[in-house]
Amino acid sequence: MVPERRRPPEASSKSSCSMMSESPRNRKPDLPFAPFDSTNLWCGDRHGRSFLEFSPPLVTQSSGLFGPDRETKSKKQHEPSPVDDPVMDWNPRLMLSNLSFLEQKIHQVQDIVRSIISHEDQFLDQANELAAQQQLVTADLTYIIIQLISTAGTLLPDIKNALLSTNPAVGRPGSNQKQHEILPVEVAKASQYDSLIKDLNSCGGKEDELIKCSNNSGVEASEPIPIEDHDTKDNDDGMDGENLPPGSYEVLQLEEEEILAPHTHFCLICGKGFKRDANLRMHMRGHGDEYKSPAALAKPSKEASIEPQPLRRYSCPFVGCKRNKEHKKFQPLKTILCVKNHYKRSHCDKSYTCSRCRTKKFSIIADLKTHEKHCGRDKWICSCGTTFSRKDKLFGHVALFQGHAPAIPMDDAKVLVTSDKAQVSEASSGMPGNMGYNFSGNTSLDAQSPDIKGVDDGHGCFSPMTLDACNIWGLAEFPHSAYEVSESTFSFLATGSCSSIQRNGEN
Amino acid sequence: MAKSRDLCRRIDRSDGFATLTLDLFSGSPNPNPCSYSRSAKRVRVSCASPAAAAAEENRSNPFDSLSEEVLFLILDRLESDPLDKKSFSLVCRSFYAAESRHRRALTPLRSGLLPAALARYPSVSRLDLSLCPSVTDAALASVGGALRSSLRSIDLSRSRGFSYAGIESVAVNCAALVEINLSNATDLSDAAAAAIGRARNLEKLWLARCKMVTDMGIGCIAVGCQKLRLLCLKWCLGISDLGVGLVAVKCKQLRSLDLSFVPITEKCLPAVLQLPHLEDLALVGCLSIDDEGLMSVKQESKSLQVLDMSNCQHVNHAGFSSLLSKTPELREISLAYYCKVTHSLASSLQKLYNLQSIKLDGCEVTTSGLKTMANSCRSLGELSLSKCSGVTDEGLSFFVTKHKGLVKLDVTCCRNITDLSLASITSSCTSLTNLSMESCILVSREGFRLIGQHCHLLEELDLTDNDLDDEGLRAISGCHNLSVLKIGICLKISDEGLIHVAKGCPNLQELDLYRSVGITDIGVMAIARGCPLLQIINLSYCTEVTDYSLRSLSKCSNLNTLEIRGCQVSSSGLAVVAVGCRKLTKLDIKKCYFVDDAGMLLLARFSQNLRQINLSYCSVTDVGLLALASVSCLQNMTILHSGGLTSNGLAAVLVACGGLTKVKLHSSFKPLIPKPILEHVEARGCLFQWRDKPFQVELEPSEVWKQQSQEMHV
Repeated sequence: MVPERRRPPEASSKSSCSMMSESPRNRKPDLPFAPFDSTNLWCGDRHGRSFLEFSPPLVTQSSGLFGPDRETKSKKQHEPSPVDDPVMDWNPRLMLSNLSFLEQKIHQVQDIVRSIISHEDQFLDQANELAAQQQLVTADLTYIIIQLISTAGTLLPDIKNALLSTNPAVGRPGSNQKQHEILPVEVAKASQYDSLIKDLNSCGGKEDELIKCSNNSGVEASEPIPIEDHDTKDNDDGMDGENLPPGSYEVLQLEEEEILAPHTHFCLICGKGFKRDANLRMHMRGHGDEYKSPAALAKPSKEASIEPQPLRRYSCPFVGCKRNKEHKKFQPLKTILCVKNHYKRSHCDKSYTCSRCRTKKFSIIADLKTHEKHCGRDKWICSCGTTFSRKDKLFGHVALFQGHAPAIPMDDAKVLVTSDKAQVSEASSGMPGNMGYNFSGNTSLDAQSPDIKGVDDGHGCFSPMTLDACNIWGLAEFPHSAYEVSESTFSFLATGSCSSIQRNGEN
Repeated sequence: MAKSRDLCRRIDRSDGFATLTLDLFSGSPNPNPCSYSRSAKRVRVSCASPAAAAAEENRSNPFDSLSEEVLFLILDRLESDPLDKKSFSLVCRSFYAAESRHRRALTPLRSGLLPAALARYPSVSRLDLSLCPSVTDAALASVGGALRSSLRSIDLSRSRGFSYAGIESVAVNCAALVEINLSNATDLSDAAAAAIGRARNLEKLWLARCKMVTDMGIGCIAVGCQKLRLLCLKWCLGISDLGVGLVAVKCKQLRSLDLSFVPITEKCLPAVLQLPHLEDLALVGCLSIDDEGLMSVKQESKSLQVLDMSNCQHVNHAGFSSLLSKTPELREISLAYYCKVTHSLASSLQKLYNLQSIKLDGCEVTTSGLKTMANSCRSLGELSLSKCSGVTDEGLSFFVTKHKGLVKLDVTCCRNITDLSLASITSSCTSLTNLSMESCILVSREGFRLIGQHCHLLEELDLTDNDLDDEGLRAISGCHNLSVLKIGICLKISDEGLIHVAKGCPNLQELDLYRSVGITDIGVMAIARGCPLLQIINLSYCTEVTDYSLRSLSKCSNLNTLEIRGCQVSSSGLAVVAVGCRKLTKLDIKKCYFVDDAGMLLLARFSQNLRQINLSYCSVTDVGLLALASVSCLQNMTILHSGGLTSNGLAAVLVACGGLTKVKLHSSFKPLIPKPILEHVEARGCLFQWRDKPFQVELEPSEVWKQQSQEMHV
């Protein structure tokens, strides 16, 4: 499918029409898309790539169209008659309204671009204003493309089901609404879209860059790192450390749907979504021999050599967030992945709960997995009851507060037992055999008792024997009142870990 | 009352009287209660006659008229000799009671005696348990209960068998506790450290070789004992930067910190150097500290005076120079087994205006380095070049001419130095008190003559394995202050030289004549007569020495260490020593083939202070050994190849000797002694060392031996 990404202006509307009429099975590459010339491969084509980039919103959007929960909440006021029956193939009325939507949107964009052209010389002085306009254009175009694809997607019965099943279907009704309010309702025409693209191209480098930028970001997000991959957690803070002056970089803002989409690559034939474009290319082989050529299967090379890349940063769509471009002390995010992680962590429900401690919650499953690796291993305990997963954190804490000391839970009970034995044996000593008992008994037990460091399994330091001792020191030493704990590494002994101790003890 | 006050004043005024005679029975109306004489050391209380005293006791004890204050003042003067105090307490009940209340330091022989000792001495502040190999928690609990307010110091460095609970009972109950020595408690863990942390007033803490203590434990100590002034963490392998860093943050009073062989890196050093009062820092063998690390340390320490960085193998002059530039007040540096002392290192000493002592044992020293060091330092008092390679006459001479104030000089095994060096040393450093020049084989008679001529203040002189002869010895006898003289393996010396020493050095306390085979009874007799203060003498393998020597040595009542390996002595000679030298604690009679059970019986009868004995190759049987077992102090025994010994006898001895801490036996006995007995003795705190040395009766001549040992060196 890849080579077909290029959509000649005229064909685009046609294709959407034809999509309505034809069954997906029959659609061969030549039908929806114009014949492609092999030089204009997927990688080389900017517009085609922009599809790639903007495909995620398609998913949520379409699910919004068809998912019963969403449509009732937010879409109703705009979409007159959403399809209540998910099994139904497609609704011509809905399609029409969608198309008119698109048309209106394209008009809007046209107007903006025209105004840019007319005020070109003015913008020369006011770079900021120009940038704002450009962003507006980008956002609108994004939406148009998404809408187009989603409209086409409604024709496909199988994709619908797939989407419904894969989409987590959590959304923010508020943000959805807002998004739709700015959409004027008008019917788009293919020629208009065509002219729009032409305008964009004729506008010179700037628009070009914009589109290309989205290409790049799409590549970035999709290429080496899967969404759930969490190795890049450190990048999360995006701009921290680098201090770019505002205006020295472009700011892109993805919509919530884009951010939350599970897939970023979609088959233009059957609509199936993928996380990686490589997977998509593998998938495409099933659609015909032309996708099996080395050129089609080759990894799209970055087109970095053509023009110098301007710095590109990302903004969080959540208004009021420090990562949102409206914020006074706006700190942009570096990559799409940063955006995704940031948005999920900061503005989404934390739906993944740790099954061990039952207190920690995460919105990213990789965070949960990372936590679970260490959960229950908070073996570094302060006398105030705060637990730490790392020794240096505990020592930093102890050094900071007067009177706090490292707590040594380990083998208190054992020591008590041995000392008792020693006393008993001493009392009854006199015979050689008996006397031997107290000393050797003492040492051997001591040797058995594992050092806290040497224990590998999470609850080894609380051996069955020490259950009582745990309670003893827990009650005696640790006030259970709430201490101010802000760091994520902290957890309360009083609540979660205490129960885990007891469970461990019962093991 | 007035009388006793007068007495007090008199006692107060008399500094260091030797004998105090209290005349309480003279009938004069206003008797002069005190009279002093300096003839003997003991307190002599003159009683008319035992019968009279007994009669007196019925009515009123005249000693009761002496107030406790007076008795305490007397006791204050008896601190030097424990036997004197014992005699004092045996005078009468009031003296006994006074001594009980007066005693501050207690060193019990075994923990079984502890309850009785604690009951008798309620105001002990220093409790030294280093002679008790096994101290149980119950014993420590009784200490905590009995010495609740008085105990200030406790030494558990040689004891085992106690746990965290025992330490806690002491730490919690004794609020005045300021010193704990827990060295060698290798099985103590963090719980014990946490218990120590409850001794809030602790000022000195030794935890050497507490390998189980981790950062958590030391963290508890750091938080709990914030008044710490001295902390020794030597060989605490469980402690890392975090623990040390926390100590440095919490214990701001620290004066002395020993981090030798602790696996720390440079990361904790800034915090350590930031301690405002830190004076003494030991970083011996810290292998994780390297040059880069030291150079990254930016913190200065204005208070540090003593730095020991011996054996830090990854530190070179760059790192060391960087550290020295941060510690301008250093007085002593020890860099033993440091790589190479070169020009650059030596010049880094230039900023240290107060530097007084440098120890460079085992380093590679260059002449230029030594010269630069001589120029860099202001005025050194102590220099140790022991076992340094590359020390030349030129370098050493240059050094000593620059540092005329040198008091201690150690050039052990600097085999290249000759009389030239000695000429400069003796001419410039006339205030030298300690000179060690073992194995300086090129130094000749002339060199020794110069020593005797110029260094009159010498107190310790080590000439082991030198080319010393009687002439040299005669010259050296000019150093009249000599207290330690080591002239072992000097094959050329004979009685003649020794007689000179006996005449010239009356203060001699330690004499080493190991394998100086020219010595006979005549020389030893002269020494015994001329040096009455002798405490330690080594006559091993002086094969001409016989019982006559021992007879003469029995006059040296201070003798505590006697080594007479391979001498031709018999039981009778040993018996005379046992009777005469009541302070004898260490005895080595290996290969004294004529010593038999008779000697052991008398030794056991008289030398009740014996701690350590080597009986290898003696003709001792079970009987003699069993007799020896009655010596309650005995801790250390070596018995290899004693023909008359059976496994049963040995087992009986092992059970009978309650205080044994170390026994060296031939490994053939190991399967023969019943295992329960071995286990029992081990449980009491005794360590067995099984040796499998071949039986070797013949003594090889010392010349042959020396030849062999020199070949081993090369």
